[in-house]
Amino acid sequence: MAADLEDRLKALMVRGQAGDAAAWRELLSLLGVRLRAYFARRMDASAGSDVEDLVQETLLAVHRRRMTYDPAQPFTAWAHAVARYKLIDHWRRNRIRQHVPIDDVAEWLAEPEAESASTRGDLDRVLSVLPDKQQKLVRDVKIEGLSLAEAGARIGISEGAAKVSLHRALKALIARNSGVED
Amino acid sequence: MKTDDLIEALSLDVTPGVGVRPRLALAAGIGAAVALVLVVLWLGFRPDYPQAFGKPMFWMKAAYAALFALAGFWCVERLSRPAGSGRRGLTLALAVFGLVGAISLWRWMGAEPDARMPLLMGHSWRVCPRNILTLALPMLALTLIVVRNLAPTRLALAGAAAGLFSGGVAALIYGLHCPESTMPFVTVWYSLGMIAPAAIGAALGPWVLRWR
Repeated sequence: MAADLEDRLKALMVRGQAGDAAAWRELLSLLGVRLRAYFARRMDASAGSDVEDLVQETLLAVHRRRMTYDPAQPFTAWAHAVARYKLIDHWRRNRIRQHVPIDDVAEWLAEPEAESASTRGDLDRVLSVLPDKQQKLVRDVKIEGLSLAEAGARIGISEGAAKVSLHRALKALIARNSGVED
Repeated sequence: MKTDDLIEALSLDVTPGVGVRPRLALAAGIGAAVALVLVVLWLGFRPDYPQAFGKPMFWMKAAYAALFALAGFWCVERLSRPAGSGRRGLTLALAVFGLVGAISLWRWMGAEPDARMPLLMGHSWRVCPRNILTLALPMLALTLIVVRNLAPTRLALAGAAAGLFSGGVAALIYGLHCPESTMPFVTVWYSLGMIAPAAIGAALGPWVLRWR
């Protein structure tokens, strides 16, 4: 499935580079959805409008710098590198907003490009130490990209309670996994 | 502005722009021209200028510098792109340096002890790296501007690559001035002159290559 997406996006990119407006519009729309999920997963839930700003900035960068894509290389890697650069740049500019421990965990819990069957198995194993509700919360917020309020509603708790619960869950995961290499 | 409106606006503006390679080639062309002007007005041509073209060592030096310029071009052409890797260019630079270095070492070991220092130091070791660096700086500035308008994501490496590219082109032009004709001299002092702009590029990269 990931390979299909790569082929599809790459074909649109190549046509867009050649000046095909319809292909370009389609590519930017598809990228917009993925970027929104990518940034939302890595930013504080309270940063809703920041996420949208960053999506727009990134789309603009993709547009302006589209000649730097070499069709001999994978498109997903190119787009990921642009998104990552924009996210780090955003953090640099707004240092205060960064929530380091949560971002660290999010980084290795949810890498969509790399989520094969085996990493999904690893994820299940890592999360299995948590109570069921916390497992669901971590998945909904950190992987699905839901807001704290939405994810809380799914397991029947308030936004504030969800925030506390998520924080505890991540802390427990860090405590359990730090220094353990396998 | 809503994201959908932005996408709509952007998709109306899809005229293909100038590619990565022509932009870098332009920087190299202008940079080489400025370096040439500096040789003419400041350093002067080597004393045996027209006859030098018949000497093998002139072409050896030119080839050494040109291969470094090519290696730098390969590196910067890749590192100007998101997720690009400079491995191919770095491999070329190291291979050329290793080969020429080995030949130089062999020549140096084979020379009479008294002849070794002149072989290595020539007449101009004090100024050679500085001159090459000076000739490289205009092109380095231009190349950094070009790269900044592309999309580097490893900024120090991209800056170093821009410096190596500029250093190689500058060393090529510097051969029109420099009359030195030993391999050990070239291996040490030309290499230093080309590495110096790469070091400056690496130091400046994280600052000047940051794009929005």
